[in-house]
Amino acid sequence: MRVPLWRIAHARSGDKADRADIGLFAYDAETYAVLKREVTPERIAAHFAALARGPVAVYPLDNLLALKIVLEGALQGGAARSLRMDNLGKNVAAALLRMEIDAPATLPRLAAG
Amino acid sequence: MKSVRIGAGLGFYGDSWRPVRASLERGGVQYIASDHLAELTLAILQKDRQKDPAAGYARDLVPMLVDLWPLAAPRGVKFVLNAGGLNPLGARAALAAAFAARGWKARIATVSGDDVAQRLDELRAAGEPLAHMDSGADIAGVRARLLFANAYLGAQPIAEALARGADIVLTGRAADAALALGPLVHELGWRWDEWDKLAQGLTVGHLLECSGQASGGNFGSALEWAKIPDLLHLGYPIAEVTADGAALFTKAPATGGRVSFDTLRQQLLYEVHDPHAYVSPDVVLDIGSLRLDDLGGDRVRVTGAGGAPRPAKLKIVAGYHDGWMGTGMIGFSWPDAYRKCAASAAIIEALVTENRLPVEETNVEYVGYDSLLGANADPTYREQLNECFLRMTVRTQDRHAAEAFGRLFPWLGLSGPPYAGGFHGIERAKELLGIWPTLAARELIEPRVAVSVEDV
Repeated sequence: MRVPLWRIAHARSGDKADRADIGLFAYDAETYAVLKREVTPERIAAHFAALARGPVAVYPLDNLLALKIVLEGALQGGAARSLRMDNLGKNVAAALLRMEIDAPATLPRLAAG
Repeated sequence: MKSVRIGAGLGFYGDSWRPVRASLERGGVQYIASDHLAELTLAILQKDRQKDPAAGYARDLVPMLVDLWPLAAPRGVKFVLNAGGLNPLGARAALAAAFAARGWKARIATVSGDDVAQRLDELRAAGEPLAHMDSGADIAGVRARLLFANAYLGAQPIAEALARGADIVLTGRAADAALALGPLVHELGWRWDEWDKLAQGLTVGHLLECSGQASGGNFGSALEWAKIPDLLHLGYPIAEVTADGAALFTKAPATGGRVSFDTLRQQLLYEVHDPHAYVSPDVVLDIGSLRLDDLGGDRVRVTGAGGAPRPAKLKIVAGYHDGWMGTGMIGFSWPDAYRKCAASAAIIEALVTENRLPVEETNVEYVGYDSLLGANADPTYREQLNECFLRMTVRTQDRHAAEAFGRLFPWLGLSGPPYAGGFHGIERAKELLGIWPTLAARELIEPRVAVSVEDV
């Protein structure tokens, strides 16, 4: 089934120069395996096509059940020269949580309703 | 085994120290590590210093310590703060005056030598091109517009200051996590080549450097944030670290917030790029081997950090003037709130052209619809909004054009679409700052680092 990430994961984003970075965290190991498979650099780049100019890197961290995602060229050159309301990219994580992926309905958070 | 307890202070210039009181009163902390400097805070402090050579440090330092010292002094709690900004000596003078006025005594150390703004030619002559770390661009393009340039110093001078008996250590641009690593090395007697222990210390510093973000604040989630108890009385994180490097994270009893696997791992990855090579002046951390054991009751054990030898070069961050931003904002209510904002945006854009304002870039946002989510906003209810604000910003090299842009908006109130409101004056032009991260050999920086200790 198609599932928005917010139903199965949590996330926080921040900034470093022109780079927005997101930590995406599965609530459980089963979901983490799905995230690792589905949340690819290509999918993320497409989701943020209007935001980020540069490449996308994804680092899986099995010990934290997390993906570290880095979007290059995402902050108009950096927070202090950005024209945007969200100059610090704090809401990039919220935008990611709206991305939909294919996930089995049996994942713990989904099965629990 | 010997252990030491460190509590988080501020997480940025302007953060609250109210939660630090609980850490002092009932958190059993021996140190407070307080981070006042974000990447470009020094640009703000540079403007202060231009107006007054005695300024240039974080202004929250004095009121914070005046409030907290009566709680800290009888308990022997020490402070490490990067509130010195561009002027650690000035910060000490201001703090000394405030303490003297109250009859308080303390040994206050300063760490200086991070400010390299006047040494850039010397660094280049010594073989450092100071090219942009990410783009490789030549610094010559921004050289004349630089406002500040500071190297990120590590924990060694902080540990030295503590070894000399300092109660309060004021640094300039120290790496955020060094504010905690310094006390750990000093108290636990680690050597500067015990990479795994230093990596544990760096992890502790990184988890403490954003205050409430490691104890349930800004818990990024769709539903779970509302389950974090009592944000009003959120307790800042506290770490108890033993000599082997193992850390137990918690917060003061009877405070709000939450210290758990979930809240800690959000902070662990915050503003980290490659998690297998998190570079600091003292050690390079691999987060991939860390283990977070949630013991329940707001206690999480953190072990297993992997450390690799420190880098040969130190990071320098410079900031430069990068034009001006003009801002205009106006709100509209139902009916057609969004459409009226869009119509107004088109009018403003036409006026910019008609008035030949030298604008390089225009940014249009709809507050209440897409100003925080941008192109990822969901348009489903866009036409039925109760109300919406148009916010427009422009980039220009001309300060007067930025001011003139803001003045285009008031006219809309009587001659634009109906039911406008929320107009509260014309926004001033805002200076934009570019960031210039670069590297220089530590041998060129560290010999100039000075620790000064003074009893006040």
